[in-house]
Amino acid sequence: MPGIKDRVAIAGVGCTKFGEIWEKDQEDLLVEAVYEALDDAGITPQDIEAAWVGVMYSFTGMSGGTFAEPMKLFGKPVTRVENFCASGMDAFRNACFAVAAGVYDIVVACGVEKLLDQGSSGLPMEGGHPVMGGTSAPGMFALAATRAFHEWGWTKEDLAHVAVKNHKNGVAHPKAHFRRAITVDDVLKAPMIASPLGRFDCCAMSDGAAALVVTRPEIAKTMKHKDDYVVAKANALAVDSTFPMWRPGFNWLGFPATKKAAAMAYEEAGIKDPRKEISFAEVHDCFTITELLNMGDLGFVDPSKAAEAVRDGMTEVEGDIPVNPSGGLKCFGHPIGATGCRMLYEVTKQLQGRADGMQVKDPVLGMAHNLGGPASVCSVTILGRHD
Amino acid sequence: MVAIASYGAYIPIYRLGRQEMAQAWGIPGVPGERSVANADEDSITMGIAAAFECMAGIDPASIDGVYFASTTPPYTEKQCASVVAGALDLRQDIFTADFTDSVRAASVAMRAAYDAIESGSAKSVLVVAADNRPAEPETMWEQLLGDGAAAFLLSKEGPATVRGFQSVTSEVIGPWRRSDDRYVRAFEPKLDTKYGYMVSMVAAAKALAEKESLGPKDISKGVFSAGDPRAHAVLGRQLGLEMPQLQDTGFLLLGNTGTPQVLMMLAAALDMAKAGDKLLVANYGDGADAFLVEVNDAFPTVAGKRPLQTYLMNKRMLPNYNAYASFRKLMDRDRYVPPSSPVTYWRDSKMELALYGSRCRKCGTVQYPPPRVCVECGTKDELDDVQLARKGTVFTFTLDHLVGGEYLSTPVPRIVIELEGGGRIFLQMTDCDPKEVSIGMPLELTLRRLHEGAGFHNYYWKCQPVRGG
Repeated sequence: MPGIKDRVAIAGVGCTKFGEIWEKDQEDLLVEAVYEALDDAGITPQDIEAAWVGVMYSFTGMSGGTFAEPMKLFGKPVTRVENFCASGMDAFRNACFAVAAGVYDIVVACGVEKLLDQGSSGLPMEGGHPVMGGTSAPGMFALAATRAFHEWGWTKEDLAHVAVKNHKNGVAHPKAHFRRAITVDDVLKAPMIASPLGRFDCCAMSDGAAALVVTRPEIAKTMKHKDDYVVAKANALAVDSTFPMWRPGFNWLGFPATKKAAAMAYEEAGIKDPRKEISFAEVHDCFTITELLNMGDLGFVDPSKAAEAVRDGMTEVEGDIPVNPSGGLKCFGHPIGATGCRMLYEVTKQLQGRADGMQVKDPVLGMAHNLGGPASVCSVTILGRHD
Repeated sequence: MVAIASYGAYIPIYRLGRQEMAQAWGIPGVPGERSVANADEDSITMGIAAAFECMAGIDPASIDGVYFASTTPPYTEKQCASVVAGALDLRQDIFTADFTDSVRAASVAMRAAYDAIESGSAKSVLVVAADNRPAEPETMWEQLLGDGAAAFLLSKEGPATVRGFQSVTSEVIGPWRRSDDRYVRAFEPKLDTKYGYMVSMVAAAKALAEKESLGPKDISKGVFSAGDPRAHAVLGRQLGLEMPQLQDTGFLLLGNTGTPQVLMMLAAALDMAKAGDKLLVANYGDGADAFLVEVNDAFPTVAGKRPLQTYLMNKRMLPNYNAYASFRKLMDRDRYVPPSSPVTYWRDSKMELALYGSRCRKCGTVQYPPPRVCVECGTKDELDDVQLARKGTVFTFTLDHLVGGEYLSTPVPRIVIELEGGGRIFLQMTDCDPKEVSIGMPLELTLRRLHEGAGFHNYYWKCQPVRGG
């Protein structure tokens, strides 16, 4: 039977504090996250049979050595995974295949990015076409915002409500980079980055790492979290065009990669009505506009009504379908390779009732969603309680 | 017979008032304004802009040669004419050459083009002239010079004939620059004016007038280059011409554009000429060239082609000297230099310089950059080359402050363009006020110098609000 539904379990999770961690290097972050996950699973490094590490930039890491070297775990099969912002979740995806296929029993999926080692004004430039340039990361999503304003009458104020909500959640989370509440006015007054997105519409530059111990349910039953281990209900990946700016006829009102990945994930998990069946979601809010468009693409709401839904409180922690109860990328920043794993860390702990910050009430199914590049690569994971 | 088949001119959109320049330094100012090339313009891009006007309605495959004339060629070892040929999508079996080292280069190139056609060595030669000469800060030169370009297509047939070239050479030190001089230098102008300009221009013009049996009354317009308006007027008198017979030098609204000056003046003269007019053209720089242009027919109107007047009147005033200093790179600034490669520059030149996209034979979708597999229907290798339209509208955009990993206070407008005839392209917008950008706004494409990746000039397209539209 295709898919990994109910065939993969998360036995332990770890996550560093995210932020401007100047004094720590990548080895520090990776080791801390992985060891926290190992402790949570009640195992030692020697129990790890294989690992996947998500990392975006070549200055952050190349090859499996990115994991092997800091951990001093030599001779194991380790793969470096890169798929834009979905790198971390793609590391998990590969770990899922390995354990579901029975090739390995206990593996680690992790991600790390020491973004600030390359400065903090926007993502570091690496490669790229000599003249057929893209634009900055905020620029890419700003193109969608400009169009949404034009077609649906959304405003900067609509975007601001997303940032305000996420900051409210982030205040409660001890590992978040930003833990201070902001107002709509703060957002509107912030300096412009790529119109119409201002500074508070953009997630910050941050360092961080997160890790997961991945195994099969029958093994998780024998480990520390034997009573409350979480299982994968679906994992999907969809890669759309990396050149949407040159795509004839593209309307910029939502992203095909998310729509496709969500459809695949819902089919695998057997979900017919995501709005009702998904208890909460950590979605990729690299920019406020992205969270709004994600809501439509993931089928939570009619796409043009996402802004209204946020204003109505649909995605608050107490709302119909909480989005980013952790505070999202907005409060954690986006150390690219780490983010997918951090989301899975969060979703796991929410389902286990031991969320670090805001706790969603009685969650059954949690979603993690990443959207990378010029909205080209989307990965969606749905986790659920095993019982 | 050699004729002018077509011509065109280009003036950068920006102007700076001479009073602003004078005030910046606390020196005297003279009336008027001067044209200022944008930071992304140079003699190649301006020359190409003029060449596109000249080539409107003309088959690029008909051109047998390109002569590029400038004292400010962006390369001193590497041809500029070949870049022009690439952007205009000319044949490969043509001759290209650069003419330089004197503001007289434009008429030297015209003479060489004339000779090529007369001798049967070519049927059509495109002469392109452009300059953006470097003026020493805190001197009058900044006020006097201007930037611009012109292009003339000489051919075996055309509405106006060209003949009678007379040249003299002269070794008088007028304005000069050695290879490693940063700015134009000049000695006391009286020396060059009296013994250079006057002597050479009179000699060449009189030789031509005699050969063609022209008296002062036969000349409809004297089109004379001039670095100095007073000398220009004296020259006219010396040749027996009245003021109304002298073609305006463009000094008041443009400045002295150097190499393209005489051709820009000729373009303006032709715009107003009628059948039967005889134009005596004389150009100075280390000697002089003179030639006769005889107008036989009206030049055909080409839809969308813009005369020099449009470029003259359609302008944006720079607010102050600082903007000029920034465009001219007078101050050292740290700028992000993207990676680049001579390999990709060469391999991609058809899609980058000549802006070729593809049209799928199966589903008809116009797409760019040219792919192996159609983005719409997935068919492999069933695509035809198609040149993208140079006009379109804004589909969506952003004003991006993050450039090269740095935050800039002036954002770069990045535009997703819906091209006329299909296809989307993503380009920076230039020559605009970012606040004016809006969805649906009409645009045209313009070739500019993007950056110096890998140590060479990386030319590519940007878009701009339709000039004069």
